[in-house]
Amino acid sequence: MKRNVALICALCLAGAVRAETMRVQVQTGQVRSAPSFLGQVVATVPYGQAVQTLEAQGAWQQVRTAGGSVGWMHSSALTTKRIAAQTAGTTASAGATGDELALAGKGFSADVEASFKNAHAEIDFTWVNRMAAQNASPAQIQAFVRTGGLKQNGGAQ
Amino acid sequence: MSVRTVSLFAGALGLALLPTGCETVAQYGSMAGQAAGVITYDQAQSINRVASATGKTFQDITPEQEYYIGRSVAATVLATYRPYDRAALNQYLTVLGQTLAQYSDRPETFGGYHFLVLETDEVNAFAAPGGLILVSRGLIRCCRSEDALAAVLAHEIGHVQNQHGLRAIKKGRLTSALTIMAVEAGKSLGGADLAEATRAFEGSIADITSTMMNSGYSRSLENEADAAAVQILVRAGYDPHALIDMLTVMKARLAGDPRGFGRTHPSPDDRIQHVSALIGPRSAVPPPPARQQRFGAALAGVR
Repeated sequence: MKRNVALICALCLAGAVRAETMRVQVQTGQVRSAPSFLGQVVATVPYGQAVQTLEAQGAWQQVRTAGGSVGWMHSSALTTKRIAAQTAGTTASAGATGDELALAGKGFSADVEASFKNAHAEIDFTWVNRMAAQNASPAQIQAFVRTGGLKQNGGAQ
Repeated sequence: MSVRTVSLFAGALGLALLPTGCETVAQYGSMAGQAAGVITYDQAQSINRVASATGKTFQDITPEQEYYIGRSVAATVLATYRPYDRAALNQYLTVLGQTLAQYSDRPETFGGYHFLVLETDEVNAFAAPGGLILVSRGLIRCCRSEDALAAVLAHEIGHVQNQHGLRAIKKGRLTSALTIMAVEAGKSLGGADLAEATRAFEGSIADITSTMMNSGYSRSLENEADAAAVQILVRAGYDPHALIDMLTVMKARLAGDPRGFGRTHPSPDDRIQHVSALIGPRSAVPPPPARQQRFGAALAGVR
């Protein structure tokens, strides 16, 4: 019994040492069932939100989301920098420090883009929006890889 | 403790911390001034602002800012070049490009990788920050296989992965842009702040587009993008020699054409030499026929 308690404590401690808070640095962070782009998306996490990392496997991090989901995220979608979530009515007097990203939605933002667009009649975002909306589905990519005789391990590096 | 003592104490603290950087000194310095009632809180903030923005680099631009910069860079390029409105070709490019991105060192960006063909004979391509990639019809015509087109897209993904566009923003501009971004964090940009942010934004877009469209990146950044392309191609199972095949066709097509890559990129010969040193012997195994078939089908009628 005593030994079990010690073992559990040791395990907790090991877990606590490994766990780290990271933040999502893409618009919609995708949490997958496996450390691969072939893994199903089991949860999504918005920009700036924190996740706890549990384990690393190559470029993939196993994470626990604030909502309790556990799955894998590619490390390029995560940062150790802080992205302060915007809270209505608060004024962040200190500003961003060296290891901190600016507040989500501030700085160069949709407002600045609109203001830039107003000043430049020749700039048209129609095709930018159109290309940004064009995506290949996971099924299309899998079929493309298979029929083209490509390697199956995208994101393994 | 008198105001004067506080001020002296804070000043001494600042000096004691001197080796850790001027940012710390400036912050303590403004605390001192504030405590002494010499400057207002806002002025102190403004001093801290300038101090912490100094010495920042393109790496301090957040993924979200990179995304907005990239959108306006792409929109600016599209004010000069018309899109090639062929749904099947653009969809093929999207599937190929988004597949390749998964094999890069940076498969995920804020808004993801997206691809569009430009309606021009000119041999050219643009990688806007964050992953909006524009490739000319003239450059696509330099490709005789899917592997060669993959090489073109992988080179552009290499520019995005290594944030080459953001590096073109002039240092002074970056400092003022990051100052506004970092400090106005707590409140919505309004009036004068919005105008100031827009000016910094405008300048950043101009720095990037003029580099991409007129002067070109340095040879070392182009070599970095070619090295990333080789890595992506090998990881994905494409033949990296296809990059050399494409550059060989490009060399013939660029002869006497000062536009696009003729102006902004190192000569195809230089690039071939650099790429050859990175790759092993050509594989004896031919690509599956289905790969060449779909390439032919997507490019049918592209002149």
